[in-house]
Parts: sequence; structure tokens; C-alpha cells
Amino acid sequence: MSDEIARNRHKESFLSGIIKQNPLFVAILGMCPALAVTKTFEASFGMGLLFTFVLVCSNVIVSLLRKVVPEEIETPAHIVIIATFVTIVKMLTNALLPELYSSLGVFLSLLVVNCIVLGRSESFAKKNTVFDSFLDGVGNGIGYTLAISIIGIIREILGKGSLTVGKIFTFISYNGSPITIPILKNSVFDVSMGKIFSNPAGGFIVMGILLAIIAAVVNYNKAKKKAAAKSAAKPAPNTNLGGAK
Amino acid sequence: MNATVPFIVTFLLAIVNATLMDNVVLIRFYGICSFVGVSNKVKPAFSMGVAVAFVTIFASLVCWPLYNFVLVPAGIPFMDTVVYILVIASLVQLVGLVIKKYSPALYKAFGIYLPLITTNCAVLGVAQGNTDSGLSFGLSMAQAIGTSAGFLIIIFLMACIRSRLDAMNVPKAFKGIPIALIVAGIMSIALIGLGGIGS
Repeated sequence: MSDEIARNRHKESFLSGIIKQNPLFVAILGMCPALAVTKTFEASFGMGLLFTFVLVCSNVIVSLLRKVVPEEIETPAHIVIIATFVTIVKMLTNALLPELYSSLGVFLSLLVVNCIVLGRSESFAKKNTVFDSFLDGVGNGIGYTLAISIIGIIREILGKGSLTVGKIFTFISYNGSPITIPILKNSVFDVSMGKIFSNPAGGFIVMGILLAIIAAVVNYNKAKKKAAAKSAAKPAPNTNLGGAK
Repeated sequence: MNATVPFIVTFLLAIVNATLMDNVVLIRFYGICSFVGVSNKVKPAFSMGVAVAFVTIFASLVCWPLYNFVLVPAGIPFMDTVVYILVIASLVQLVGLVIKKYSPALYKAFGIYLPLITTNCAVLGVAQGNTDSGLSFGLSMAQAIGTSAGFLIIIFLMACIRSRLDAMNVPKAFKGIPIALIVAGIMSIALIGLGGIGS
């Protein structure tokens, strides 16, 4: 029985970050990198991966130290833990994927002050077991990577008219050159209007429209649920009256 | 840099460039969280802008010498991010204490925004960007001043627009953050138009 409860809890910590509590689209946190590095799909995906790595590591360490760190210095301690992992990630990326390092620029360092990483350690990891915190980190990381990749795909297709793979992850290539998939070539997006989407302005607009679509879906679901609850509740008083007679 | 151009001219140009053409929020995407979160009303937005400007300038003032005179001679320049975030966190604490002692009214106005500045990307982003791109001390300070001015101007303008938006009949799905982001996008297009001036 308690085994099942624990399993449910594990499942909940893992799944909630992916869709229900998606850090970017639902909680609306960590917007700076989501707008700044999402010019291309590959850079966004790389950012998501590095983000996941930092989040999982910091969650695990914060959770391991949760009984040792005094309450007064919790936040500075968490920030130093996160900053340490960000430094490790910076050095690894610089050595292994230099193209990713240069395309992310200062936003790699800015993972230190990412609201999600700090938020998860403050609101989850410092209160939960190591395994749960690990799962929470993986779930939120996947959620963030998915969200940021969606923005990257939209902006790259609208901005350039094509999708390129292999420029940053150089091990993916076709005859030694990056693979480019033309999708909107020679359309209005390719020629003139699309430029706006690779500009900073496009990041704001795409993000705003995506959030509005999500809000519309949530509103629609809520209205449907309400209507369903109403129609389910209506016959009930009638039968009750009938029963009283 | 051209040798015949006096330093003060490059300094002022760098400030203008960092304020408008390279605006922190709309072009470089630093500090979006506080930009979206605190720009609901004009007064808190202005307080937040001033507080961020304060800390950004002080942090750059401390971080540049720390990197060039301590970290580099000690052979540990890769520790920059860890050191900067500690400097910023303690600076925010210090600024809070000083303001509390000398101007309780201002402290009340800053309120909860002061601790939030630690996690504002603009502060760390400017300090890190300055040393990453190897700017001189003067130009780093120009960056810091320009960035602060840009943040203050944009968050103030945004708060003015959003307080008017509240009275408008915005479609339900766009209410709140989505419409704010689209407004920011339009403001950003306006700033892109200034792009040619600096060069």
C-alpha cells in the first residue's frame, strides 16, 4: 500500500513538470533565455538540455543538503550550488560543443539567476527526498526543453523559411554539411516579412501568441467542465424531490 | 576605436547605444521576469527600475576590478560567475541595509522588490558581459549606466501602457501577460528602427 503511494508520488513529481505545471508555458518563469536564444531550433534545444542538466544536479545536491543547511542562509547556499554547476556546464560546453557555447553567449551564465532553477530548489528540492527531487528536475527539464524547442522551431521556420540541423550539434550531418529542410522557401516569410521573427521583436510576439493560445485552450476546457458539471448537477435535485415525495 | 575621437565621445556614444539601440529588455532580453511581473502599475515599476539601476551600476563598479585585479592574477577567471553572483547578493543586502537606515520611506517603496533584484538577469548579465567581451573599465561603466537607463525607461513606459490596457477591451485569451508581450514586441520593432544611429 505505502509502496503504491510512493510510486504515485514519484509519478506525480515527474509528470507535473512536463505539461500540467510546465515551467515556461504555465508557470511563465524563465522567460529570458526562452526569448533570447530561440532564434534557431538547435540553439533552443541545446539550451534546454543544458538547463535540464543544471536543474537535475542542483535539485539533487540541494535535496541531499536539505537537513544540513541552516534556514537563514538557504537562498545564498542554493545560489552557490547552482552557480557551481553552471560553471561546470560552461566549461564542458566550451570544450565539447563550442558552436553551442558561442550561440548561447552570456545566457549560459545567466542560468544562475534562472527563476525556474532557483524556484524548484526553493519550492521542491529543499522539502523532498533525493529521488523525488531528481524526478522533479528531469520532468521540469523535459517540460522546459519541449517548450523552448517549440518556440525555436516556430521562429526558425517563420524567420528563415527553413529548418537547419547539424550546425551546432556537428555530429549530425549529411555528407559533412548541416542538413537544411526548406519549408517556407520563396514564400512571403522567406523574402521580407519573416525577418521580423528572427529579430528580438519576433520572440516577444511568438511567445505572446503562444501564451494566448494556451490561455484560450485552458479557458475552453474550464467552460466545458463547468457546463458538464451544471448539466450533471441539474437532474440531481429533481430526483431528490421525487424521492422526498 | 579611432584614436582621434576623445574618450568622452566614445563614452557617451556607448551609453546611448546601450540605452536605446541595444536596449536591455527589448533587444538583449535581460530581466524579462521582473519586466513582465512588476510592470502592472506605474509606481512600483518605477521603484523597481531605480533599484535595479542602482544595483547594476554598483555591481559593475565592483565586478570589473575584482575580475581583472583578483581573479585573473590568481589564475581562476573561470570562477567569475560564482564570484559575481555572491557580490550581487551581498550588494543587494548592503543596499537594503543602507536605505533602511537613511531613508525608511524609500525602503518602504522598494519593499519586496529589493531581494528580487538578485535574480534579475540584467545585473549579472551586464557584469558578465563586460568581462566576457574584455571591455575597458570606462566602457564597462558606460554599459552599466546605459543599461540601467534603458531598463528604467522601458519598464516605466511599459507600466504606462499596461495601466491603460487594463481599461481596454482585450480578447479574453490575450488578457495579462500575452498582450503585454505583444506590446513589448511592437516596442522592440520601434527600437530596431533606431539601429543605424550608433554605428
